[in-house]
Amino acid sequence: MIGLSVFGDLLHGFGTVLDPMNLLWAILGVTLGMLVGILPGIGPALTIALLLPITFNFSDPIGAFILFAGIYYGAMYGGSTTSILINTPGESASVATAIEGHKMALKGRARAALATAAIGSFVAGTISTVLLTFVAKPIGSLASHFQATDYFAITLLAMVAVTALVGHSLVRGLLSLVVGLFIGLIGLDSLSGAPRYTFGTLRLLDGIDVVIVIVGLFAIGETLHVASKLRSTPERPAVLEKGRLRTGYLNKSDWGRSWKPWLRGTALGFPFGAIPSGGAEVPTFLSYSIERRQARKKGRDEFGDGAIEGVAGPEAANNASFSGVLVPLLTLGLPTSATAAVMLAAFQIFNVQPGPQLFEDQSTLVWTLIASLYIGNLILLIMNLPLIQIWVQVLKVPRPLLYAGILVFACLGVYSLSGSGYEVLMALVIGVAGFFMRKLDFPIAPVILGVILGPTMEEQFRRALVISNGDASVFVTRPLSAVIIVLTVLALFVPYLPRIVARIRGTRPTRDRLTFGEDD
Amino acid sequence: MKILVGYVPTPEGEAALTAAAAEAELRGASILLLNTSRGDAYIDARYANADELAAAEAKLREHGVEVTIQQAVSEGDVAGALLKAAAAEDVGLIVLGLRRRSPVGKLILGSTAQRVLLESPVPVLAVKVPSPHD
Repeated sequence: MIGLSVFGDLLHGFGTVLDPMNLLWAILGVTLGMLVGILPGIGPALTIALLLPITFNFSDPIGAFILFAGIYYGAMYGGSTTSILINTPGESASVATAIEGHKMALKGRARAALATAAIGSFVAGTISTVLLTFVAKPIGSLASHFQATDYFAITLLAMVAVTALVGHSLVRGLLSLVVGLFIGLIGLDSLSGAPRYTFGTLRLLDGIDVVIVIVGLFAIGETLHVASKLRSTPERPAVLEKGRLRTGYLNKSDWGRSWKPWLRGTALGFPFGAIPSGGAEVPTFLSYSIERRQARKKGRDEFGDGAIEGVAGPEAANNASFSGVLVPLLTLGLPTSATAAVMLAAFQIFNVQPGPQLFEDQSTLVWTLIASLYIGNLILLIMNLPLIQIWVQVLKVPRPLLYAGILVFACLGVYSLSGSGYEVLMALVIGVAGFFMRKLDFPIAPVILGVILGPTMEEQFRRALVISNGDASVFVTRPLSAVIIVLTVLALFVPYLPRIVARIRGTRPTRDRLTFGEDD
Repeated sequence: MKILVGYVPTPEGEAALTAAAAEAELRGASILLLNTSRGDAYIDARYANADELAAAEAKLREHGVEVTIQQAVSEGDVAGALLKAAAAEDVGLIVLGLRRRSPVGKLILGSTAQRVLLESPVPVLAVKVPSPHD
């Protein structure tokens, strides 16, 4: 009985997560996530990157993962707050929310918008966690039939698909990916023991620690990037009308108009999180346009003027996508967004190998993590609305102080890892490189995917060749691998779909190319 | 002649506004109200919203004083913005609200009031919030 064993495992997970210490990690995680979600420019990837070095000292990885997961979906809750109140999306996943949410706030319905976002996030988070609970193990056992060639193909698919979808230019994305793959190659060759790209120094023999790359790119590079915009675009501080927060929560018609978008958003978010499409941005915009179409069908023309459906749908979608992201991450060890890639690095640090064996080898860890999602969603729902005035306080922190603090903390974290200035310097160099990449519009996510997945891909590639006695055709003769490789090639064309469709129809393209901003 | 008042929607700002209104009435001067923010945080309570500016304006008009309102982000230099506004217009007096600051806070962040007091070419009237015990 698969169903029963899932319940048994899950109950066991709840038992572990309700341990006071783990509960504390969950509360800390969602609170931090909420705060960084609110702060524009500071996302979950940056926060997890900052905390990664600290969790090295954890004796028990479970706490670290509860913390990280809390940050990830806490940020999804928090992102809506600034979207609605000051029209500045806290995360890329909340950009769609800002369109209708801020309009609602201007009409004095901020509370209703915040409420539909929070309750929708809770509904979506819970439903999608239930889906995750039942889907993860079967997919895991399916994946246990995977062979080296399939792993190679699927890793390639993840890297290429995410690269194709984030950022504004495919060529730049692929260049970023190559940089990541290169960094991943530095060090001793795992098979032959030959040093690669070490430039004759002993320092580089161990390769560049993935944590240093992550802290450098996400914490230092991103912070430099947002800080550099402080002077060039002096923003007028948003005026937060006090009256905006006084009007009531959801009334009856709001509930009636919200629940369907919540469910539709969940249905979009979960599968899109699970496929390599860079996380939550695609499903939120899809949800937004579906809700708009639905409203037009019903003859409601409120969209563009503060329609509650336009907040309910995308917010549900971004939370559901998080559980979706966990499916390939836990069952295949495959990150589909930058934050997931950072989490995968955390798994590797603790010597936990995500993949088909995870549910057998690390049953407690996985089920505690899943149980913590249920608990965390509940905590967020309880904390979110009543404490909104407190959350908004973080927006009053002068940004120069904030960014300086992050940089200090990042350097401190790297130093605490190794106790050597060399690593700190390395992180700073990578950070400055990351800053220029952002400045020149190169996406960061492909670099991280390259660094983390590159070595895995290489290992599987060579293992496959060893098994086939050096015959490279194995990658196309095994049907599963061949299908995945074809999908990989197709993924490269997805961004150009509008143009291709337009050419076939013989019309002018409305949008030159599908682009999705940098994912968090 | 104009009187420049640095206004923020806090008790200090209200005190400055009251003093400026009285002074303007006395001298028959008009008032230039400047509200500014360092602009380095996403939300700044000292950046007045429309209601607060309207209330300030109404308060001055009650005293029968002509008022011009300027609002701008001063990119980290509030004192500079005040001094610039004073130089640009025919300003004969600057009115400021003072608040208590810790020595450390002043050391790190500096003091807007102190800079205006020291660098202003025209007299500066600095007022405190009346203590509730008086």
